[in-house]
Amino acid sequence: MFGHSTSRRLLGAGAIAASVALVAVGCSSDDGGTGEEGGSGDEAASITFLPKNLGNPYFETSRVGGETAVEEFGGSFDEVGPAEANPTSQVSYIQTAAQQQVDALVVSANDPSAICDALEEASSVGTKIVTFDSDTDPECRDLFVNQSSAELIAQAQVDLIAEQIGGEGEIAFLSAAANATNQNAWIDMMNAELEANHPDIEVVDTVYGDDDDQKSFDQTAALLQTHPDLAGIVSPTTVGIAAAARYLSTSEYQGEVALTGLGTPNQMREYVADGTVTAFALWNPEELGYLSAYAANALVTGETDGSEGSTFEAGELGEYTVGADGEVVLGEPFVFDADNIEDFDF
Amino acid sequence: MTTTLVTGVTPPHAHPFWRRALLTREAAVIGLLAIVIVVALAVVPNFDSPLTVTYMLREIAPILLIALPMTLIIITEEIDLSVASVVGLSSVLTGMFVQAGLPLPVAAVLAIAGGAVCGAINGFLVTVVGLPSLAVTIGSLALFRGIAVGLLGTAAVTDFPEFWTDLAKANIPGTPIPGVMIPFLVLAIVFAVVLHATPFGRALYAIGLNKEAAHFAGIDVARSKFTLFVLSGAMAAFAGVYFTLDYGSARGQNAMGMELQIIAAVLLGGVSIFGGRGALHGVIAGVLLIGTLSRALQIAGVSSAVINIITGVLLILSVISAAVLAGARSRREAALGRRRQLRERAKLPT
Repeated sequence: MFGHSTSRRLLGAGAIAASVALVAVGCSSDDGGTGEEGGSGDEAASITFLPKNLGNPYFETSRVGGETAVEEFGGSFDEVGPAEANPTSQVSYIQTAAQQQVDALVVSANDPSAICDALEEASSVGTKIVTFDSDTDPECRDLFVNQSSAELIAQAQVDLIAEQIGGEGEIAFLSAAANATNQNAWIDMMNAELEANHPDIEVVDTVYGDDDDQKSFDQTAALLQTHPDLAGIVSPTTVGIAAAARYLSTSEYQGEVALTGLGTPNQMREYVADGTVTAFALWNPEELGYLSAYAANALVTGETDGSEGSTFEAGELGEYTVGADGEVVLGEPFVFDADNIEDFDF
Repeated sequence: MTTTLVTGVTPPHAHPFWRRALLTREAAVIGLLAIVIVVALAVVPNFDSPLTVTYMLREIAPILLIALPMTLIIITEEIDLSVASVVGLSSVLTGMFVQAGLPLPVAAVLAIAGGAVCGAINGFLVTVVGLPSLAVTIGSLALFRGIAVGLLGTAAVTDFPEFWTDLAKANIPGTPIPGVMIPFLVLAIVFAVVLHATPFGRALYAIGLNKEAAHFAGIDVARSKFTLFVLSGAMAAFAGVYFTLDYGSARGQNAMGMELQIIAAVLLGGVSIFGGRGALHGVIAGVLLIGTLSRALQIAGVSSAVINIITGVLLILSVISAAVLAGARSRREAALGRRRQLRERAKLPT
C-alpha cells in the first residue's frame, strides 16, 4: 500500500516539477525580448519588422538595412515573425504588436487580405503600418515601400540585354506562370520598349517555366533547340534565370547566348563566376529595409501622413515623395555583376 | 492461476472519486494550463488583457473544433492527417460558391457537404478497402490540398458579405470571448456525451483496445470508423468556413500544417496514439495549453523557433510521462496481484 502511493506521488511531483521547469524556461528567455516593448510614451519610435518568415536570407538582408536606419534616427528596433510563410501565420504577430502598442509595424505581407483585419486593429490603437516588398490592399496600411516600379524593372532588363547582345539579334523571354500578373506586365512593357528604341532586336518566343526549376530548365533547352540563332534570353523571375543559367553553364551555348533578368546573388553567384551571366538585376533588400524603417519613422513623427505628394527624408538615400495610393518607390533596380556580387548574401 | 488473472485488473474503486480524478493525465494537463496562465499573468507584460483571450480563442477555434472528431478517431487507433487540407479545400469551395453568387449559408452548407465527401473517401479506403489510415490520409492530405490550390491557383476570394465576416469575428456581447465558442461548446458537449455516455462511444474505446474482441462483441467496427471519418471531414470543413470568414480570405494554402497542431494537442491532452485511452476534457485543455503557452511566449517576445522547441519538448515530455505512468501502473498491478495471491494462500489453511 505504502509503496505504490509513494511512487504515484513521486511521479506526480515529477510531472509538476517538469512543467514548472518548462514554464520557467519560457519566462527566463522573455527577459531579452521585452526590453523594447511599450514605448508609446517614449520619444524614440519603436519599430517592429514583420517579414514573411524568419530565417529567410532576403529578409535577413532587409533587416540589416532596417536596423541601420533605426540606429541612425535613434529608435528601438525589433523583428518578429512566423517560422513558416503561410497566409495567416502573421496575424498573431500583428495582434501582439498592437497589444504592445509599438509605434510602427513594417510588414511584408504573406497575403494581401488575410492580415488586413489584424492590421486595421493595430492601426486603431495608433500603430503606423508600412508594408514593404509585398503589399496588402491599400486601405490596410499607411504606406507601401515598393522595391521598384514596373517601368523601371522593364527598362533595366531591356538595357541589360541590349548591351549584352550588342543591340541586335533574336531574344526570347523565359517567364513564370502564363497568368503571373507581375511578369506579364513587365513583358508587355519590355516589348513596347524594344519596339520603340531597339528595332534590331526581335523577340522570337515567350515560354513559361511556371517558377518550377525543372520546367524552366527544360524550357530553356527547348528554346535553344527551336531557335538556333538565339542571341539572348531574358528571364524576369528568379527561379527561371537560375534554371536557365544552370542549363547554359553546362551546354555548348555558355558565353554564346546572353542571359539576364531578375535574380538573387546567392542563386547566380556561380554562373557569374563561370562567365555564363555577366549582369542581372534586382533591387537591394538592404536599401529596401532602410527606406522602410525611415518611412515608418516619418509616419510616427508626423513628417508625412502618407498622403500623395508628401515628402520625407530617408537618411543616406535622400528625400522621397509619396506617390498615388500611398506608394513610395525605392528606385531603379540594382544591377549585380562580377564586381559587386560578393558584397551581397541573400 | 485464475486468481492472478482476475486481480490483474485494478479494482474500480480503490480510491475515492476526487482522488482518482486528481491523479489523471487530464488533471495534469489542466493543472499545467492553470500554472501557465498564472505565471504568464504574473511575468508577461500585456498578457493580462482581454484582447489576449479574444485573439487566442479566435486563433485556436478551428483546432478546437477539429480536435473533437480527431480525439474519437485516435481513440479507435486510427488517424486523420488530411484535416488541414480539408480546411483549405472547404475555404476555397466557400469562396468559389460565394463568388458564383450563392448566399453564404448555402455556400457554407455545400462546403461542409464537400468536407463530408472527403471524409467518406478516407473512410471508404480505410474500412472497405482495408488500408491503414496513416497511409490513406497522407495521400489525401496531398490530394485535397492539391485540389484546393489547383481550384484557385494563386488567386484568393476576399469579397464576403460583411454581415457574416462580422459575425465570425464578433465576441459574445459583454465578454472578450469570441462568438464561435458557442457552437464549439455545444459541439463539445455533444461529442463528450456521445463518447463517454453512449454505447457508440464506449464501443470506440473497445475498438481501440482490441479490434478483434470488439468485433466479436458485436460492434460494427467498420461502420463506426467510417462514421468518424465522415464526421471529421465535415467538422474540418465547418472549421474551414469559420477560418475563411474570420480572416476574410479564401485561399488554397489556408491552414497549411494545422493537422500537426491538432494531433499534437490531442496527444498532449492524454489520448493514447495506440488507441483506447483519452477523454475530451483533456484534449480541450491540451489545445488551450498549447494556445496559451505560445501566445504568452509570443507576447513575451520569444522567437517563433524557440516557441516551436518549447511546445515540441512539452509534447515529448507528455508522451514520456504517459509511458512512465502506464509502466508504473502495470508493475503496481502485478505487485498487487502477487500480494493478493499470497494473502489468499495464507488464508487457505485456516
